[in-house]
Amino acid sequence: MSEPLISLTEVTRRFGTGAAAFQALRGVDLSIDEGDFVAIMGPSGSGKSSLMNILGCLDTPSGGSYRFRGLAVEGLSRDQRALLRRHALGFVFQGFNLLARTSAQENVELPLLYRGESATQRRERARAALASVGLEGWGHHSPAELSGGQQQRVAIARALVTGPSLLLADEPTGNLDTERSREIMDLLTDLNRDKGITVVMVTHEADMAEYAHRVVRLVDGRIASDVRQAERQDGGGRA
Amino acid sequence: MIWNALLLALREIRRNLMRSFLTILGIVIGVSAVITMVTLGNGATRAVSDQISSLGSNLLIIRPGQHLGPGRDSAGSAAFKVADADALRNQINGLAAVVPVSSKSVTLVAMSRNWSAGVTGTSRDWFSAGKWQIVSGRVFNDAEERAGAAVCVIGETVRRELFGGLDPVGRKIRVKQFSCDVIGLLASKGQSTMGNDQDDLVAMPLRTVQRRLTGSVDVATMMVSVRDDASMDLAKDQITWLMRERRHIGPGDNDDFSVMDTRQIAETLSSTTKVMTGLLGAVAAVSLLVGGIGIMNIMLVSVTERTREIGIRLAIGALEREVLLQFLIEAVALASLGGVVGIILATVASISGSALMHVPYLFNPMINLLSFGFSAAIGVIFGYVPARRAARLDPIEALRHE
Ligand SMILES: Nc1ncnc2c1ncn2[C@@H]1O[C@H](COP(=O)(O)OP(=O)(O)OP(=O)(O)O)[C@@H](O)[C@H]1O
Ligand SMILES: [Mg+2]
Repeated sequence: MSEPLISLTEVTRRFGTGAAAFQALRGVDLSIDEGDFVAIMGPSGSGKSSLMNILGCLDTPSGGSYRFRGLAVEGLSRDQRALLRRHALGFVFQGFNLLARTSAQENVELPLLYRGESATQRRERARAALASVGLEGWGHHSPAELSGGQQQRVAIARALVTGPSLLLADEPTGNLDTERSREIMDLLTDLNRDKGITVVMVTHEADMAEYAHRVVRLVDGRIASDVRQAERQDGGGRA
Repeated sequence: MIWNALLLALREIRRNLMRSFLTILGIVIGVSAVITMVTLGNGATRAVSDQISSLGSNLLIIRPGQHLGPGRDSAGSAAFKVADADALRNQINGLAAVVPVSSKSVTLVAMSRNWSAGVTGTSRDWFSAGKWQIVSGRVFNDAEERAGAAVCVIGETVRRELFGGLDPVGRKIRVKQFSCDVIGLLASKGQSTMGNDQDDLVAMPLRTVQRRLTGSVDVATMMVSVRDDASMDLAKDQITWLMRERRHIGPGDNDDFSVMDTRQIAETLSSTTKVMTGLLGAVAAVSLLVGGIGIMNIMLVSVTERTREIGIRLAIGALEREVLLQFLIEAVALASLGGVVGIILATVASISGSALMHVPYLFNPMINLLSFGFSAAIGVIFGYVPARRAARLDPIEALRHE
């Protein structure tokens, strides 16, 4: 591997100022190669979401440096970071975060809209993305008409419709039962293996972390352990 | 992008139909008020000038004082006398007629019915100068004028009110303490613009009115009709010169009377209605501003309600200006919708209003365009603050918003 996709050096994140200041990240060094599947674990409040927000260019480090494909993210403007998200990143959030009262199809089309793609192109690609998460024919349903697992699959379709190099998922299975969670994890595994998308995922559940190739453990804003694990042999696919 | 934002805005408006309707109500009322006021005002102005020009272009009106129009009077300037009218008639060439006029409002009684009307004391030339037609009977003659006889010619409204469907000629009307023979009936001229009924009048010889009603020998105004082959400007100059001499006005002093032709009178009256139109329009414009504040208010609410949506859009990679544009377009679409509804409402109101006021309906594309543009501009101005608030949201905070 030449250059890693992500490389963090001495990244800190401080919230607030003065006495009320809180150090959520206390010097994180992390590098992730293209095509990896990383699970981030750690107790509540250890800074997992803070780290994800920085990886996702939604937030910038207070100190240290973050390079995405060699590009120093902390030097980018707000709009430049938005463009980076638009073109290279996909997000899946714990709370699904779909637009309410908007069909699944339109939710998936949204990122393409901002990329200025034509209506027919949007329709086609969104339909394909929905099909790839097993939601063929569900496009006209609004989030309220879908189950939690289906909503999360719509969110994944939305994240991957642009063909991102990095998929970030903050507790993607946090709101789902075990069965639904496994479906989602299988989906992420497929994406990682078949499409070569790098996946970084936060999870509380050891079962879900097993799907990853590498588990990074955060404690108090620092990396406590970073373990590469053998790939799962049982049911890598949904079969 | 703009097209998509527009579709999105329309969908958002449809989604909250009731709220959107209430939001644009201010703009609707503002736009329709402005357009209706201006359209009716223009109609009234037109009607006034039409009516006065219909008197003909060879008519001059001489009044004491310098101004004409509501709120200005001739206080302080001496009234004319019959001698002034005689002097004009005898000393200036090219005048077809000089008609002194004096009027008084009185209560008329006939056939045990009452009616209030203005009595115009004048000479028989008044009928031709004012383009009046006689339907029945005759106008007063020279002898009646000189004697100040108790005879009168009445308008259509007076006939209807006092005599119903009967022919009034040969009947009597009680005017104050004297009884007056009706000798003629005037053809109807209909309603005038300022709302007054032109047929609501009684004409008598000047001397009759002076002796029995006003009790003075004053003449309020003089109408002069200039012969077709004579120059209006020359007649005007000569009249001014003669009146200055008769009223002993020194060389450096201003006239204390005015000589106006019908065009000038029309302009003076029009300028009054124009000022009124402007004032009413300005008042209505204020309600447009209030409507804008309503839009700003609801857009701020909308931004708060849709914080999560904005967070999602920003996280997905929407630029600040794209979010700004989305909300700005929504505000402009709301305001323009208000403008369109307002224009429709104003058209209905103007057409029925002008029918009611007996003024012509003049469609004014300028004011319609202007009002529409103004309401769209209000959308931009008052939509900017909420839109900027939306665009500046922190995506992380916005996503966490409940
Ligand atoms: N915007 C903020 N302002 C102030 N403090 C914050 C902010 N965001 C996070 N923090 C603090 O930073 C610490 C780490 O938060 P973070 O959300 O990264 O934890 P986490 O590991 O994701 O926890 P959880 O597992 O509960 O999601 C927490 O103590 C939190 O209170
Ligand atoms: Mg978290």
